[in-house]
Amino acid sequence: MPLLKGGRVSEDAWTAVGDEDALPDSGALLVTLKRWQGERESLRARNDAIGIRLPNSAPVEAIAPDLDRIELVALEFPKFNDGRAFSQARQLRERYGYAGELRATGQVLRDQLLFMARCGFDAFELAKGEPVKAWEAAIAEFSVFYQPTGDGRPTARALRRAAAVSTPAD
Amino acid sequence: MYQYDQLDQVFVRQRVAQFRDQVRRRLAGELSEDEFKPLRLMNGLYLQLHAYMLRVAIPYGVLNAAQMRALAHVARTYDRGYGHFTTRQNIQFNWIRLDQAPDALEALAEVGIHAIQTSGNTIRNTTTDELAGVAPDEIEDPRPWCELIRQWSTLHPEFAFLPRKFKIAVTGSPHDRAAVKVHDIGLRMHRDETGEAGFEVLVGGGLGRTPMIGKTIKGFLPKRHLLSYLEAILRVYNLAGRRDNLYKSRIKILVHDIGAAAMAERVEAEWATIRDGALEVSDDDLARVARHFVRPPYAERPARSEILERERLSDAGFARWLKSNSFAHKVPGYAAVKLSLKPVDGPPGDASAAQIDAMADLAERFSFGEVRVAHEQNLVLPDVALDDLPALWRALDAIGLATPNIGLVSDIISCPGMDYCALATARSIPVAQRLTKRFADLGRVHDIGKLHINISGCINACGHHHVGHIGLLGVDKGGREFYQITLGGRADEHAALGTLLGPAVAYDDVVDAVERVVETYVRLRSPGEILVDTVKRTGLGPFKEAVYAAA
Amino acid sequence: MSSKAVTANRLADGAVVFRREDGGWSLRIEEAAAVEDATELLAAAERDAAAALVVAPYLIDLNDGTPTDYRERIRAYGPSRAFHADVPTRHP
Repeated sequence: MPLLKGGRVSEDAWTAVGDEDALPDSGALLVTLKRWQGERESLRARNDAIGIRLPNSAPVEAIAPDLDRIELVALEFPKFNDGRAFSQARQLRERYGYAGELRATGQVLRDQLLFMARCGFDAFELAKGEPVKAWEAAIAEFSVFYQPTGDGRPTARALRRAAAVSTPAD
Repeated sequence: MYQYDQLDQVFVRQRVAQFRDQVRRRLAGELSEDEFKPLRLMNGLYLQLHAYMLRVAIPYGVLNAAQMRALAHVARTYDRGYGHFTTRQNIQFNWIRLDQAPDALEALAEVGIHAIQTSGNTIRNTTTDELAGVAPDEIEDPRPWCELIRQWSTLHPEFAFLPRKFKIAVTGSPHDRAAVKVHDIGLRMHRDETGEAGFEVLVGGGLGRTPMIGKTIKGFLPKRHLLSYLEAILRVYNLAGRRDNLYKSRIKILVHDIGAAAMAERVEAEWATIRDGALEVSDDDLARVARHFVRPPYAERPARSEILERERLSDAGFARWLKSNSFAHKVPGYAAVKLSLKPVDGPPGDASAAQIDAMADLAERFSFGEVRVAHEQNLVLPDVALDDLPALWRALDAIGLATPNIGLVSDIISCPGMDYCALATARSIPVAQRLTKRFADLGRVHDIGKLHINISGCINACGHHHVGHIGLLGVDKGGREFYQITLGGRADEHAALGTLLGPAVAYDDVVDAVERVVETYVRLRSPGEILVDTVKRTGLGPFKEAVYAAA
Repeated sequence: MSSKAVTANRLADGAVVFRREDGGWSLRIEEAAAVEDATELLAAAERDAAAALVVAPYLIDLNDGTPTDYRERIRAYGPSRAFHADVPTRHP
């Protein structure tokens, strides 16, 4: 599946490893939460990057203590209308300050890209369609945002405050 | 009322453009129905029994004349000449074409209305007291808070795919006209010991299959924390609400399963990580929004209007209308007036394009250009000078909007039912029509006094029958329409769910049954007692006997 | 005489339609193909749904050409009363 990241389709640099698979000697690994919890110490000790696939039923707290060591968190949309990962994403970015790759996997629809980006996702396994076109269309759809997230986009309220400061009060 | 600024205008235009493109892709087959459906629902477009139905949001029930005219335009141009006002202060058009929906939405966007999030598993229209800003018993005008909630919830990226729909209601008055206790989140403004105004926060109220009264999880929330606290509740729900069973996915089920105390704990824990941040409502933020809700330029008027008093004494029809359809106002010399959309033999809550246009004119002439939608499916002119009431009454009478029955037995709240709705198991509108004909005599209607009949055509309870004084629920028994009768419900600050009276009654018999209930009430009541209190006092026995023994 | 028909909504305008013998869609239930075994009919309707012509096709039961289910009769003939001047209702 093409990985949409930074507005481009890129090679996935990560190797997804099943729970029973032998671990390769080196290379960036994507493991399940279950495997991480079972082999945490040895995985932490590896020289290469670690990524974790977090089920949308798992609390973000399960990996919070290890975010310093984790460079990829893959969150899941088992069905596109199961929106739990939006909250997980915001908690990871905004509460825990997670700065690694945050990837949306599962049934990811083009019409959700902007919502996901606003919640902190920066990589997407797009279920169908032309990824770059979809991305460019999605992020251009709105220029006004009402609620603050961790994405840094100024909200309508912030813009109004700024306008009030620079204009004399009525 | 709130005036869109440039940012709001840009936003709603971008939204229309986005939807236009989504429709284009759907019609071209680039989007399947499964993929398109949640997008369509996020713009309030249902596929209903006869056609697409568009539910337009009327934020907290407030409209200006220009918006009314745009609604009339949509009814005339894109629909079949009428609209239906709903129990959540929205308006529905039943015959919209998908390929014209973007045009209709564009016409509405021009005047700052939209259909965003009136459907789907999203945060829906926040509703409030239809007398907000004018009711004498008000602690504070809830509308600025409703506007802040509206903006915060509009296309909120985290909450676009909740387990299920989410409804918030706010009351600024101790007398709750917004039914906050049967909403997913109910907010009740009140003062603490220091006199500071804040919110009591209730969670997990709702009707439908499993009606429940909301539970208080926060007795007093200072106003500035409102949005961050709501965000905490929604996040807890988004993560923990059930997604495996459509009928157990509202927040009320979560609250019921874990208990109010545990719910409060989870919300507090989440809130602790986000409070005092970007969502805090500063005094400036509030002032900027509240500016839109300042009082209109009321004239200095005496509390007593000689013109009114003369007319009241000389015209019994006017006197009767005045008694039931006008309401006390904060400002001396003014009243709030309700326009009844419940004429005898009419479909409850419907208004023709011509009537909507006429109401726009009347709003400009008599009420500083503002109209409200009440959740009982009537309209309100909130700021009418007492001196103008006789002229207003005559103008309303000429267009069929002066039925003097507000809050009375023929002011029936009804969902559209099986005549329009694919979910319904029985018809509701013809039952309402027949009831209004049975209770057509106005003297009798006024003698019976305050009595709320609510009719739902199916278990989803969009007619709010659980909280009707008399509730009717349409069911299907062997392919025929029957109606369960409940008594003793209330939607106000003493919210209570009605109790089932007995076996469901057939379509042909239900009007007789309701009449017997009403007659029993009138016979047994103490002076000034409403039905719910009579039922409490006497129990269901006399009513059961009246309905079933005589059958 | 009992039979089955296939109904759907037209995608572009939402109108209630019924599949005809000749493979087209009619606004009138009187023109619906009424068959005993509707498997083929429904499969063909699903193809039209995939081709973005109609939405959500399904089977209804008919008795002498009239739907047995009251809701389906309302869908076929319009609301049970003419609530407004322009509301089409033609219950037999």
